[in-house]
Amino acid sequence: MIQFILNDKEIETNLPPGMVLLDFIRYRQHLMGTKIGCREGDCGACTVLVGELVNDALHYHTVTSCLMPVGNAEGKHIVTIEGINRPKELNMVQQAMADAGATQCGFCTPGFVMSLAGFCLSDKAPTNENAIASVDGNICRCTGYKSIEKAAIQVAGKLNGKNEPIAFVTEHNILPAYFAGIKERLKHLSGKIITGALKEAAAAKERPHFVGGGTDLYVQKHDEMKDAAIRFLLDHPEYNSIRKEGHKCIIGPSATVSDLQRSAIIRQAFPAFDQYAKLISSTPIRNMATIAGNFINASPIGDLTIFFLALDAQLVLSDGHAQREISLRKLYKGYKQLDKRPDEHIEEIWFDIPGKQAYFNFEKVSKRTHLDIASVNTAICLQLNGNVIEQAGLSAGGVGPVPMYLQSVSDFLTGKTINEKTIQQAIQTAMTEVSPISDARGSKEYKSLLLGQLIKAHFIRCRPELAGE
Amino acid sequence: MKNIDTYTHVRGESVYLDDIPVIAGTLYAAVFDSPIAHGKILSLNMDEALRMPGVVKVFTAKDIPGENQIGGIVPDEELLAGTHVHFCGMPIAMVIAETDEAARAAVKKIKAEIEPLPVITDPREAKEKGELIIPPRTFKTGNTDSAWSRCDHIFEGRAETNGQEHLYIETQGAYAVPQENGVIRIYSSTQGPTAVQRTAARILAVPMNKVEVDTTRLGGGFGGKEDQATTWGVMCALATHHLNKPVKYSLHRMEDMRMTGKRHPYSSDFKIGLNKDLKILAYEATFYQNAGAAADLSPAVMERTLFHCTNSYFVPNVKATAYSCRTNLPPNTAFRGFGGPQGMFVIEAAIAKAAEKLGVPAAAIQQENLLKTGDEFPYGQKAESEANECWNKTVELYDPEKIRKEIMEFNASNKFLKKGMAMMPICFGISFTKTLMNQARSLVHVYTDGSVGVSTGAVEMGQGVNTKILQVAASVFSIDPAKVKINTTNTYRIANTSPSAASATADLNGKATEIACLEILKRVKQVAADELKVSPDSIEIKEEWIYNKGVKTEWDWKRLIMTTYSKRISLSELAHYTPPGIHFDPAKEKGHPFAYHTFGTAIITVTIDCLRGIYEFDSVKVVHDFGKSMNMMIDKGQCEGGIVQGIGWMTMEEIIYDKEGKLRSNALSTYKVPDIYSVPKEILIYPLETEKENQAILQSKAVGEPPLMYGIGAYFALRNAIKSFNPSANIPFDAPMTPEKVLMNLYTTAP
Repeated sequence: MIQFILNDKEIETNLPPGMVLLDFIRYRQHLMGTKIGCREGDCGACTVLVGELVNDALHYHTVTSCLMPVGNAEGKHIVTIEGINRPKELNMVQQAMADAGATQCGFCTPGFVMSLAGFCLSDKAPTNENAIASVDGNICRCTGYKSIEKAAIQVAGKLNGKNEPIAFVTEHNILPAYFAGIKERLKHLSGKIITGALKEAAAAKERPHFVGGGTDLYVQKHDEMKDAAIRFLLDHPEYNSIRKEGHKCIIGPSATVSDLQRSAIIRQAFPAFDQYAKLISSTPIRNMATIAGNFINASPIGDLTIFFLALDAQLVLSDGHAQREISLRKLYKGYKQLDKRPDEHIEEIWFDIPGKQAYFNFEKVSKRTHLDIASVNTAICLQLNGNVIEQAGLSAGGVGPVPMYLQSVSDFLTGKTINEKTIQQAIQTAMTEVSPISDARGSKEYKSLLLGQLIKAHFIRCRPELAGE
Repeated sequence: MKNIDTYTHVRGESVYLDDIPVIAGTLYAAVFDSPIAHGKILSLNMDEALRMPGVVKVFTAKDIPGENQIGGIVPDEELLAGTHVHFCGMPIAMVIAETDEAARAAVKKIKAEIEPLPVITDPREAKEKGELIIPPRTFKTGNTDSAWSRCDHIFEGRAETNGQEHLYIETQGAYAVPQENGVIRIYSSTQGPTAVQRTAARILAVPMNKVEVDTTRLGGGFGGKEDQATTWGVMCALATHHLNKPVKYSLHRMEDMRMTGKRHPYSSDFKIGLNKDLKILAYEATFYQNAGAAADLSPAVMERTLFHCTNSYFVPNVKATAYSCRTNLPPNTAFRGFGGPQGMFVIEAAIAKAAEKLGVPAAAIQQENLLKTGDEFPYGQKAESEANECWNKTVELYDPEKIRKEIMEFNASNKFLKKGMAMMPICFGISFTKTLMNQARSLVHVYTDGSVGVSTGAVEMGQGVNTKILQVAASVFSIDPAKVKINTTNTYRIANTSPSAASATADLNGKATEIACLEILKRVKQVAADELKVSPDSIEIKEEWIYNKGVKTEWDWKRLIMTTYSKRISLSELAHYTPPGIHFDPAKEKGHPFAYHTFGTAIITVTIDCLRGIYEFDSVKVVHDFGKSMNMMIDKGQCEGGIVQGIGWMTMEEIIYDKEGKLRSNALSTYKVPDIYSVPKEILIYPLETEKENQAILQSKAVGEPPLMYGIGAYFALRNAIKSFNPSANIPFDAPMTPEKVLMNLYTTAP
């Protein structure tokens, strides 16, 4: 049995935990405000809020309900648009959308409203930029977005003084008053939930599917996941921590991209992390997608995989009994082929935090800059001594059957001085190492040219004078 | 006034097809479609599918009691493939099951043995092989043959535009519910309820009066649900007809993308001749339209390409020929602009080529040739032009010369960032080019409490047509808009409707509503006059009060209505409207097909990151001819949305079919439409409001399609930016200009 709160109502259900939340909301609870646009997390029409207790604090974030199994809702507060409606009048977000003329056919509108409501409930500073960023996962085909931008800016303006988001939105009548009592209700609920029961029930069966955030599994294997035996990995506190031990950063496998963005350790190690993360999917997907999921999915263009390949991340794999450590660079054996047994899962990820002399950069180009899969992505980590490269790690995605660590380029760069010639030779070396194919994300000629350009971009970001402006 | 659906939209309370509460016993459909683009069906094995749990029935072409035919213009398209399949995604069989999961699971168990036949995806190849949907058509004016010798400059070239997926966020769908006496009610997410009704009647061999089609609203249409919504409505009706059960089918996104047609890709040749003063003396174009496997609306789309082949320019000698080429792709269909944008892209390419070769800004040629009032289009209609007015106002407001200078300075001081700009004048004819479709009816009831119900043939899909119709009724009666209710679009209330398309829906249905309301108004005024014992001419209704010679009386709207009723005078009216003066003779390809034209000018600027080949649009600055806008919030919304959709078509939206005719850009992960970050940083829209008479509803010109064509400027702005980084780039006129094409053009040189 799965228990959670849906809007203002306690839910106990024996439906398969692999069913997606969207279907549960629409076809079991008959709440029709949450819309279906694509069922692959690419349009945001089904956006809902998830509230969860973390260290005795209630936090809300947005998710696309089409990719979230009901099992991942356990012990949480799920909010649909019906849960933020006020009787007979619009709430502040809805009024802003209405005043700006930000709705035409209306089908995407509930998703936008939920994303903006999620922004009101978030810890994010109420800036215009953050308000607009909160709808980065929502597609509208009618308005051209300018009116939605206007609405988002109006919302941001109404959030001045938001320190305690939940108290703020209830006291200012932005969201219904019942939000104020959710924390206590979730606490009470968590007392009732037999921890781990769900996981053990599934684990007892043979070969359970491991599910993290579900953002790839529910796109690729939507039909078979509903009734699959699932071992849910998302909500173990020990699995989503990010901690530091000496020079090592140790990350739990279920840490999401948003967790990484929030981590002081990551922000310190990669001051531009928010800029990189902005290129990775969208807010709701970043709230769900896990680092281990990205690795195990083995997509040749996995953004986090490329990121951590350059850092020479190490993985601790476990089958529940024995552990072993393997370098991420050694994990990929062929297209979607891993050096990992089906009963193994990632228990821990660690990497050496780049030191003061290090330079790190991540580049990604896709057809649409945001909320898209890369044509080519690449990361670089250089240990520098002045202008001399003492150690290099360069990775690239979209240029071979697996996410690639470019060994020969990295070897070539070691000991070289950064200059135009080194860059040109590095690009030439890279061309011998990669084998892109032509597909919907670009021709092989384009991907080769693009990789060269992005390698150049790595060095120009490191040494802007190389641009020769 | 805000869109009247705003309140329910922002609360998630608006009802779309998939939100209609289902009746107990409802069954679900899912379609088995062809995995290959062309072939002969050798065998179809459904045994395993039929054994799947929950499966009720599998229907094939054999189960169609009437004609297996859904072609609207040309009868060349089967609902379910009989002996041959003509495109990947062509429906072959339909599974009916107790749940939609069961139906979809069973579809996977159907096995078809299909002998492959040659596949054509290229329109020029289709034309070479004689695969034409209809005979070619040519629009001619003057004599190009003799004009070339008078030209100082002649340029020739080729231009390509790709298709475009509609990507209405609500997918296609329908829900058929059996009624007594063999009647079927179809809830359909369609722009053309009558098309659904007519086709269902044809397929089922029943009279049209046995099919009721009802549409509340669409979660986006853009032309994609004008003709292609019919299939799903009729599918459900077929199953309901046989099983006497409610049947629903709401397509998954990938089913929708795979099985439905899109904007037509075009491949075109052009030849343009100018004199030394940059006057265009002659223009020739040949259009190869990729129609897909069946006619659908292609002949009409092709016709509009010809109508708009000279865009906003006067050209004295024109010869334009268009071929509608049959290929093995899903039948391409209506999409905002309806062939117009494809035609306009080609002349803009011709102008750009001439400008590049002559070393002048394209704007110099554009401006020199703008239509003036009285100039004749190649199809014989004389222009009532606002082209120069819009252009001049654009120059006055936004100073393109200053922008051009700033861009040159920016480009000179930045190595890897380059800016480009383009101006884009537009001209779009308003009316269905098929003259007979320009008719509409409106049924207005005033109830005894003074509230008003309006039914028309208009379908609300976000364009705000219901709001505009409500404004018409409220303003004619001078009552509180809250007293007016716009009803669902229903073929039992309004018959023989034209689809909501061609930007003309508010004009046609709004005018019909205006006539109906005026007729009722006349009657109630007479009643007031009788009661007050004055002449009806001295009666006026203002804000629900009756005035006599400008003096407020004791009579209010409610009292007057109740009195009219008690005098047994009708408070209902069905009115008919057809725009006067429009005609077209296809034998001569001349006439006066449009009620009026809409004009405008845009300046688009873009910045390219030449290291990565990515780009951002800085601004789109527009002067648009709204006539006298009756609802600026709605009209500006249409402009902004159209511009962004047009930019999407020209930039990131890339339809990819492989050589086997299989769609590779088949999901939102591979087909990208603009998100909030990819729209221009600034969109300015200045309304050119004119007092000139026009045939638009309340003088408020149609606005649905025209703004999309401003987006064409995006392509040329990008091209200009690329040229400033790589002057030797030989950039083919091949839209969309994806980041891939940008990067390749930045770093490759002419051979």
